[in-house]
Amino acid sequence: MSSTSTETNVTRRDNAEVVEALGRSYAAGFVTDIETDYLPPGLSEDIVRQLSALKREPQWMTEWRLSAYRHWLTMPTPDWAKLKIDPIDYQAISYYAAPKAGPKSLAEVDPALLETYEKLGIPLHERAALAGVAVDAVFDSVSVGTTFRKQLAQAGVLFCSMSEAIREYPELVQQYLGSVVPTGDNFFAALNSAVFSDGSFVFIPKGVRCPMELSTYFRINAQNTGQFERTLIVAEEGSHVSYLEGCTAPKRDENQLHAAVVELVALEKAQIKYSTVQNWYPGDENGVGGIYNFVTKRGDCRGDDSKISWTQVETGSAITWKYPSVVLRGDRSVGEFHSVALTHHFQQADTGTKMIHLGKDTKSKIVAKGISAGRSSNSYRGLVKVEKGAEGARNYTQCDSLLIGKRCGAHTFPYMEVKNPTAIVEHEATTSKISDDQMFYCRSRGIREEDAVSMIVDGFCKQVFKELPMEFAVEAKKLLEVSLEGAVG
Amino acid sequence: MLKIENLHARVEGKEILKGLSLSVNAGEVHAIMGPNGAGKSTLGNVLSGRDGYEVTAGSVAYNGIDLLSLAPEARAAAGVFLAFQYPVEIPGVNNTYFLRAALNAQRKVRGESELDSMQFLKLVREKLKVMQISDELLHRAVNAGFSGGEKKRNEIFQMAVLQPQLAILDETDSGLDIDALKQVAQGVNALRSPERSFLMITHYQRLLDYVVPDFVHVLADGRIVESGDKSLALKLEEHGYVGIGQSHPAGAIA
Repeated sequence: MSSTSTETNVTRRDNAEVVEALGRSYAAGFVTDIETDYLPPGLSEDIVRQLSALKREPQWMTEWRLSAYRHWLTMPTPDWAKLKIDPIDYQAISYYAAPKAGPKSLAEVDPALLETYEKLGIPLHERAALAGVAVDAVFDSVSVGTTFRKQLAQAGVLFCSMSEAIREYPELVQQYLGSVVPTGDNFFAALNSAVFSDGSFVFIPKGVRCPMELSTYFRINAQNTGQFERTLIVAEEGSHVSYLEGCTAPKRDENQLHAAVVELVALEKAQIKYSTVQNWYPGDENGVGGIYNFVTKRGDCRGDDSKISWTQVETGSAITWKYPSVVLRGDRSVGEFHSVALTHHFQQADTGTKMIHLGKDTKSKIVAKGISAGRSSNSYRGLVKVEKGAEGARNYTQCDSLLIGKRCGAHTFPYMEVKNPTAIVEHEATTSKISDDQMFYCRSRGIREEDAVSMIVDGFCKQVFKELPMEFAVEAKKLLEVSLEGAVG
Repeated sequence: MLKIENLHARVEGKEILKGLSLSVNAGEVHAIMGPNGAGKSTLGNVLSGRDGYEVTAGSVAYNGIDLLSLAPEARAAAGVFLAFQYPVEIPGVNNTYFLRAALNAQRKVRGESELDSMQFLKLVREKLKVMQISDELLHRAVNAGFSGGEKKRNEIFQMAVLQPQLAILDETDSGLDIDALKQVAQGVNALRSPERSFLMITHYQRLLDYVVPDFVHVLADGRIVESGDKSLALKLEEHGYVGIGQSHPAGAIA
């Protein structure tokens, strides 16, 4: 957050000219320290090189990006999701933009945004940071971060930004980056691999139980991430880590497109728990101005007896396309996916998971809950794949949809590909709505309609909320309440 | 406390209540009996404010205020309680949590302080003892997986916690065996007080053996056609509804 420094009043056109001039010197292959860290919109091999140079990356990293970019050029845009989206112009995006001049104080922040912070119970001093007001003036992030880092250092845990990791721990990054989501895996992963800005790097050494939950909130050294975030978490043999991503405060973002990649590696007997509570700014009630959120998240249970769990509560983005997955490579490895996806107004969500059973006696559990309100559309798309050699594979999938109101939709597209006769794959699905009888019962006891809806929705989500670390669970509940406002009637 | 005058009400376009009048004073227990289709459940639903019931004429005054102008939750805060004939299940919502939310919502409207979980738990345990209900009820979701008898007992238990002034029991005795009935009756009796009135809507005289009413009314063809004391209930048991009042129950739909 300390990279948000003084804002200048230079116009965009001036900047572009300056950068272009400097850009020519990049072609010559040396790095210059320039005051305005800025790339004009557009994507080309040249831009990728410039980006890598701006970040002072070693040669191998630049090559990696270039190879991904070349692959991306050969790939067609995916359109099989049940989504209605305008085509994205990749040449209109700047792949390394200076942070926009944010509000100078809370007085300049959109009152509606502040109201949401109030409802979510965000402490006063955090609101400014979240609204993009220059942090140094308001919030002392340094002292908090320092204690945190000391504890981790004692345990031997590495937790820093991706950019820092590429410079400080290149061997580790080279060993694991792209090993779970190869650059050519899919369209958005290729794009991300070419132009990712920053993200988290976590490394837990053998046998270490990370002493605290790691949260992106404490990742102070991150540069302007937002758009193309890249995260890598490696848990060595016998280690445990719980990682929290996101926050309930709505992320106000000018960037329309978000294409992130998250890779998790769990070696023998290691456990990784990855929790996400995300509230993207939904735009207005007509869906204008919302965010496109395309994410590739995958965990590799590389070692025997390893375990990876994805838990997520998501609401808000205009378009969401994400399928956290687990590759169950090691014998007796376990993959879990617990999710609540809420859509309202005109939002569209197409989410789900993939569990790939490769090893022997592997287990996977999927609990996907969708809540639709307004005129939204909520789709679950899940794949359970059991390969030939996966003896004794077990899967349990439960998909529940809750419809609020008469104009929303919920769809389920489960896919099961089973190539081993000893597999047991179970699927249960329910669709329900909050019945008039239930509503009247609550009201006849004195409970107002909106509170009744929250209560029932919370009961519906309980199974998933149980999996979240406690503070996240509290935040998630509040988030749903705020998001469901106006859903009734 | 409750004054119903010439109440006419429609459900799905069909007039069910056709000029019902009734007066209930504080502390009184009234029983409403009648043949099927007479409008007994309709009365309960209109009083508690359920959607889909249209009042076409008449008035209901509750402690002087126009009850029909209030939303269901406002009626609850004003002290009206309906014990449902078929209590609905709300899976995933804990019974204790639900009751506390209800009590606090009502207290808030009335300008009273809300109870925190510790205070509430204390209150609840007291009531459980009085009602002789096991506290494992507290851990379950609202009516989920409850037997018929358990659901009815839960309704009475809610009443004990919410302390209403006007309790309407809609066929609370239906579907209960003798033991369950006795337990429910015992709970109701424990709640009788000079400040509380009961409107017991019932089919059979059985419940009235255990919860002895002050007044018995016969509701037939949308109106109160006869009123009396508890002996009226015994007469009905023996002779049925034929010949009661002036309206012929043959017109009523079963």
